[in-house]
Amino acid sequence: MLKSLLFSAALALQPPPQTEFVPANSLPPSEQLPSAPLLVAAYTFVWLAAMFYLWTIWKRLGKVDADIRTLQQRRGSGGGR
Amino acid sequence: MKKYFIPLLAVTTAMFAYAPIMIANAPFEASMGLVSKIFYFHVPSWFAMFTAVFICGIQSAMFLFKGKPTADRIAVSAAEVAVLFGLMGLVTGPLWGRKSWGIWWPWDARVTIALILELTFIAYLLVRKFGGPGSEKLAAALAIFGMFNVPFLYMSVNIWRTIHPKTSVVPALPTGMPGPFWFSVAAYLLLMTLLIQLRLQLEERRAALDALYLEEE
Repeated sequence: MLKSLLFSAALALQPPPQTEFVPANSLPPSEQLPSAPLLVAAYTFVWLAAMFYLWTIWKRLGKVDADIRTLQQRRGSGGGR
Repeated sequence: MKKYFIPLLAVTTAMFAYAPIMIANAPFEASMGLVSKIFYFHVPSWFAMFTAVFICGIQSAMFLFKGKPTADRIAVSAAEVAVLFGLMGLVTGPLWGRKSWGIWWPWDARVTIALILELTFIAYLLVRKFGGPGSEKLAAALAIFGMFNVPFLYMSVNIWRTIHPKTSVVPALPTGMPGPFWFSVAAYLLLMTLLIQLRLQLEERRAALDALYLEEE
């Protein structure tokens, strides 16, 4: 008896169930995720990744060219085996 | 190809400078708003990746079956560029998804296969770097396997239930969107071509260095 009374009291205290989803664009502004930082982050990442990759190619090219020069100088001065 | 490098570089730079203006003036997608503009550089980065993967796969097959060293050099250059564009897609996608779907990573068929494709080409580069003598043939086989993954990735949205839109979205873009989109695709494909060309120069210089070492011995 007490159990059923408690159960019906608990049911009465519950908020009414939701019958549908709330669209994200009808949420209050404080609950919405801003778009601009995500867009800027994506665009910045693309540029940084491309620039970083270009820099790594330039760096590796420089190293290989330096090795070629060293080898050619060594051969020029008769240091080759 | 080398004589076209400077004109191509100029055209690509001009296109990348103008692309943000075109994207800013493009219409918003109705339900997603501002964040939907990530579309203009997320999807083109996958187009560029798929193209680089096909270049790598076809050149790897030519290296394996015909033994052409130039094909191997093009393959490794394309693989590195494919990893770069794949990374762009894998980073920009979650930034878009977080706002549009409420989650960073949905683990649906498309993103999972995309991740596997990226990991396959990272594995390709690792095998070549640390695999020792003969690793380029093993890597070439891996690239062919990776290439055959692309159609599954592309069609995944039509085959499996996924949160991503279907492939019919791009051909049916509303007025105002196809212009900036295809402009971005062209800019990305040009950038991909330039990067592969530049990376190929590095491979050729390395081959010249190896030849010098061999002459010395």
